[in-house]
Amino acid sequence: MGERTTAVPRSALAAHAFARGLPEDQVDRLAEVARYVQVPAGHRLFEEGRSADRFWLIQAGRVTLDLHIPGRGPVIVETLGRGTVLGWSWLFPPYAWRFGALAAEPVRAIALDARAVRVMCAEDPALGYELTRRFAAVMLDRLQNTRMRLLDLYGAPWGRDG
Amino acid sequence: MTAMTPVPYRVTERREETRDTATLVLRPCGAPIPPVRPGQFTMMYAFGVGEAPISVSRTGTVMEQTVRDVGAVSRALAGSAPGRMIGLRGPYGAGWGVEDAVGRDLVFAGGGIGLAPLRPALLYALRRRASYGAITVLIGARTPADLVYRAELDEWRERGARVEVTVDHADDGWRGHVGLITSLVNLVCADPPNATAFVCGPEIMMRFTAEALEAKGLTDVRISLERNMRCGVGWCGHCQLGLRLVCRDGPVVPYRDVASELRVKER
Ligand SMILES: Cc1cc2nc3c(=O)[nH]c(=O)nc-3n(C[C@H](O)[C@H](O)[C@H](O)COP(=O)(O)OP(=O)(O)OC[C@H]3O[C@@H](n4cnc5c(N)ncnc54)[C@H](O)[C@@H]3O)c2cc1C
Ligand code: FES
Repeated sequence: MGERTTAVPRSALAAHAFARGLPEDQVDRLAEVARYVQVPAGHRLFEEGRSADRFWLIQAGRVTLDLHIPGRGPVIVETLGRGTVLGWSWLFPPYAWRFGALAAEPVRAIALDARAVRVMCAEDPALGYELTRRFAAVMLDRLQNTRMRLLDLYGAPWGRDG
Repeated sequence: MTAMTPVPYRVTERREETRDTATLVLRPCGAPIPPVRPGQFTMMYAFGVGEAPISVSRTGTVMEQTVRDVGAVSRALAGSAPGRMIGLRGPYGAGWGVEDAVGRDLVFAGGGIGLAPLRPALLYALRRRASYGAITVLIGARTPADLVYRAELDEWRERGARVEVTVDHADDGWRGHVGLITSLVNLVCADPPNATAFVCGPEIMMRFTAEALEAKGLTDVRISLERNMRCGVGWCGHCQLGLRLVCRDGPVVPYRDVASELRVKER
């Protein structure tokens, strides 16, 4: 079974953490290219290497990002839950997914047509700037989290001289 | 016997938690140490090797302590086979105060072996399940192989806790959450002003987790401080943090009270 989609009211889009505080006219424009999606557990949202033509604002459920390692199969690199954004490869050439994404639980999300959003951003620099700023914040947060994971946090000394 | 004399206990069981961590079940050889409150620790003495502060991971006359092998003393303790004698002084320090949080939602966030001191507080609340609101347990570990108390997580769920586990690095078979423990904080459905959070783990993990919980609106966030100790009773000054002696005034403290001190760079 695949995804089910329906139209998105602007209030639902504006309520997601990623879109909070966007000017009304920008929310209206994004809502035109947004669809609600319901994704069953186990459904693959995208495959590594394929064209990145959408991104998702997750409202419920969890998605795992994975990478296929020859001889090992898919290894999970990160899990994304409600309130987060899935997918930014659509922002930069070659517009191809770097990882795969699988619904680990039933997922409810708002999916946006990335090609249409790219065109909107080119036509409306204010919208382009605002979205780029928000994606930069998401990327910064993920980069910092990844660095923390590299640090081997839990191996750090417990006792310490005062 | 003085307060500084170790009380003999016998190891009656040793459960291997991970490659370097074991839980010891300890039975007093004679009179036990005074009753332990969740979050307190003892000075555990490996005869002929030395002493280390170790949290109590299950309270009761027969009690448990979980030890990770990182040096001479912890190696001797963690490696203690059933039948071996060890000495205990204590209990010391302020506990979590879970007893005073009746009626509130509880969030337990444990990183690595930091789950050990949280476990008795969680078990205390689960034994009195109806007296508390939502109980959420957030667990972070480096890899799935580094998770402690793995065999108990389902039992905690059955007894009414929501238990979420995340690892920094998945192995091939892992299908659970991957990411920092802070990424689990968004899943906490607690009513923030009515929730109390108990956080324990390496200091950086506690800082980031406490800040993520505060950003969600929690105002009552308690952490368990980590400092090297000698006497355990406020005499030697070894465990000083600012104006506090962690053994006496901690280890559990409100995060707000120490947030700025924890951010100060160490020399
Ligand atoms: C209040 C309190 C409660 C504690 N509760 C527990 C507990 O329940 N279980 C437990 O296993 N430990 C606990 N600890 C930590 C424990 O006391 C130390 O790991 C122990 O004192 C180390 O002594 P050692 O002689 O084995 O190692 P040392 O010879 O003192 O240290 C060996 C090396 O390991 C490093 N090191 C020290 N501690 C750690 C650590 N925890 N992780 C990684 N590296 C470390 C040191 O910096 C040093 O380089 C607690 C500490 C405090 C202050
Ligand atoms: S360990 Fe001696 S004062 Fe705290």
